[in-house]
Amino acid sequence: MLDLRTCTSLSEAAGILSGDRQALLIGGGTLVMRDVNEGRLTEGTLVRVTDPAFRQMSTGGARIELGAGVTMAMVLANRELAFLHAAARAIGGPAVRTMATIGGNLFAAAPYGDFTVALLALDAQVVLQSGYGSGRAVPLEDFLSARERGGQGLVTAVQFARPQNPAEFHFRKISRVKPKGISLLSIATHLPLSGGRVAQPRVAYGAMAPTPIRARGVERALDGKPLDQSAIQAAKQAALEGCRPATDAIASEWYRREILPVHLGRLLAGEPR
Amino acid sequence: MAKLPLQFRLNGSDRATFVDPASNLLDTLRRGLGDFGPKYGCGQGTCGVCTVLVDGEPQLACLTLAVSCEGRQIETTSGMADGPNLHPLQDAFMDHFAAQCGFCTPGMLTAARALLAKNPQPSREEVVEAISGNICRCTGYEPIIAAILAAANAPGARRA
Repeated sequence: MLDLRTCTSLSEAAGILSGDRQALLIGGGTLVMRDVNEGRLTEGTLVRVTDPAFRQMSTGGARIELGAGVTMAMVLANRELAFLHAAARAIGGPAVRTMATIGGNLFAAAPYGDFTVALLALDAQVVLQSGYGSGRAVPLEDFLSARERGGQGLVTAVQFARPQNPAEFHFRKISRVKPKGISLLSIATHLPLSGGRVAQPRVAYGAMAPTPIRARGVERALDGKPLDQSAIQAAKQAALEGCRPATDAIASEWYRREILPVHLGRLLAGEPR
Repeated sequence: MAKLPLQFRLNGSDRATFVDPASNLLDTLRRGLGDFGPKYGCGQGTCGVCTVLVDGEPQLACLTLAVSCEGRQIETTSGMADGPNLHPLQDAFMDHFAAQCGFCTPGMLTAARALLAKNPQPSREEVVEAISGNICRCTGYEPIIAAILAAANAPGARRA
């Protein structure tokens, strides 16, 4: 049977998660309770955190920190996070957004986890706490590649730099059902312009691999170039580098590979979907 | 595993019960407290038929850990009518034939209630967005959208 531990401090929760491999953090419940309801999760300990630090948001400065327990609705209610609203609105309907947390989204299996795609394009760091020590920040990309192994401790927060020009950050979720459907794929781009040329772009995809991934081929194709037709064409040609999309109930692997360059090209050209 | 005590306000009345540690709110409402307003549909957060208001915000009761509701205000469709007087949304749903099989109706009403509490004069697009987490397999959504828009313009619609 499932037990429940309610922790009033982050370190208490981190201690339990580090010491007990059958312990599982429950945030908003939109991932964990599905497994409970389906009977896939019947043994172990659910760990719940009531520490206010878990839902803290620091959004005023150049460096933004969001507690892992911050919900999509909280992001949408914060005007300083307007550049993330498209990504937050991509998560479920209003009831899901009241519940779903940023920390939980980091663990959502493809084709879910669209908010994490935006965080990956923002070069976010994940703050992990193991045992009773203090937290350490690791790049989101490293966190995601180690995700399946588990045992990384408690995710307490994510941190990232505010884009200097929010108009240079874009997020698109491609789905068949409007306004709310599961991702065929999602794309996030941060393309800072310097002297008319793209400088150190970051591009990320969702649902094109088991976890959100960086589109390194696209980043190379755009870096140092003006965002013109020939750069966009080169980016489209490099779009599929590193992609390992799944065939699932939403789309086939073939279909995802076919449509990704099309939607990437439209996003880069500033065209509507 | 010992059951845990749980108290909250349900539709304006104090309620107390005991729950299994990992129980969801929907089981607690239906089996524990006999409130059959919210329904069990998918158990996966996809259909929206179990939507309830927790401190005024829409949540999916099937995915809400019951113990997280300690001390909070829960509202369901069972508490929408004021004695014999239906809520304006309920009236509008009847007037516009917005319920066909009726299974999605509690979730639709609750999603609409959450919308109108915050945004008394929504646009059609805002109504569509508000019910985007609720699935209806009968009506094609149009009568539901029309009912919510009509209720927004009805006297007393702002009553939460």
